[in-house]
Amino acid sequence: MVTQQVDTQQVFDWISDIPDPEIPVISIKDLGMLRQVEFDNNNYVVTITPTYTACPAMKMIEDEILGKLHQHNIDNVKVKLTYEPAWTTDWLTEEAKLKMKNYGIAPPQHSSCSKLFSTAETVVCPRCNSKHTEMISRFGSTACKSLYKCVDCKEPFEHFKCH
Amino acid sequence: MTQKEALFQYCLRLGDNALILGHRLSEWCSRAPFIEEDLALTNMSLDMIGRAQALLKYAAEVEGSGKTEDDLAYRRPEPKYFNHLITEQPNGDFAHTIARQLYISTFEYYFYSDLEKSKDKTLAAIASKAIKEVKYHLQHAADWTIRLGDGTEESRNRMQKAISDLWMWSGELFEMDEVENSLLKDGIAVDLIPIKALWSNHIKQVLTEATLNMPEEDYMQTGSRKGIHTENLGHILSEMQYLQRAYPDAKW
Ligand SMILES: [Zn+2]
Repeated sequence: MVTQQVDTQQVFDWISDIPDPEIPVISIKDLGMLRQVEFDNNNYVVTITPTYTACPAMKMIEDEILGKLHQHNIDNVKVKLTYEPAWTTDWLTEEAKLKMKNYGIAPPQHSSCSKLFSTAETVVCPRCNSKHTEMISRFGSTACKSLYKCVDCKEPFEHFKCH
Repeated sequence: MTQKEALFQYCLRLGDNALILGHRLSEWCSRAPFIEEDLALTNMSLDMIGRAQALLKYAAEVEGSGKTEDDLAYRRPEPKYFNHLITEQPNGDFAHTIARQLYISTFEYYFYSDLEKSKDKTLAAIASKAIKEVKYHLQHAADWTIRLGDGTEESRNRMQKAISDLWMWSGELFEMDEVENSLLKDGIAVDLIPIKALWSNHIKQVLTEATLNMPEEDYMQTGSRKGIHTENLGHILSEMQYLQRAYPDAKW
């Protein structure tokens, strides 16, 4: 019989700084992907939610969680994937958005900006803060980003889509 | 038909639509007109395959016979697939791919907006995820339809031809049978009658802006609800299922 050796909050804290594989300056907690840790039926159940349905990073994040907790001698861990409630960029903290910008990715504004056929949102260049930017493509190097370029400083950059 | 059987069938249909269109779009990888478009089409393909995975996983859970989403994707023969015939139509030229995307994304936009309110919590959650992705797909398709339709004589002719060629596959999107009707009663399925009107309006709006003609009401192809497909699906499956057929239970 395995008992609960440590507090679930402690477990949460240990894994909360695992970086997002695509944007390593941001943790899975900052992103809002790490939802909760419970103790159930002799297992620590870690609930994570994907940013996109086909987010290929989920398996990697699961492995990171298992590996990290293994270092703390915790192996009775189950990682649960939930789609509900659906992840939204509104869960990104202001701090996370700032880290994203400093990393060179324009952070999302708020989720309502992805309304169908609304006028395109203004995306600010993460390099020179110019609002004079153009979308190159709605789809970028990963499912969660689109491609932009800055008309003023000429920097091409990625924008984390509003969701 | 029990409610469980109806729900299983409903999930299979939605999952198959996503899987087969996802496979079709992936065929554009390295063949698109330019790199950003290559990324766009393959990104959309990935969205579809992710959605298929979630839906087929749920279908397997509902069925409860111990199958996985992979068993459902790779071990069924052609007549056990229930994707709309339009999803299996060949990519054709770029205009045909865009016309197919326009018809399907417009449908999915209204469909998933409504499915988000389903009383089935899992379907509602998958829908609220899907709808965010579908908005991007629809804007992409509408932008291209307008750009090509309102473009050169060559691009306009090709776009008009694609819109007309694919028209006969659009009627099937709105067919309802006992699966839909019984789930609709319980607030699980989407009522496709109001969706059809919304769809027609939006398509008309995009085509007008693209200076293209809306096709006339005409004979519509049907069959997928009964597992009857065009010859295209067999070719898709022979490629998609090759590995699992040649090396059953292969894992990587
Ligand atoms: Zn700039």
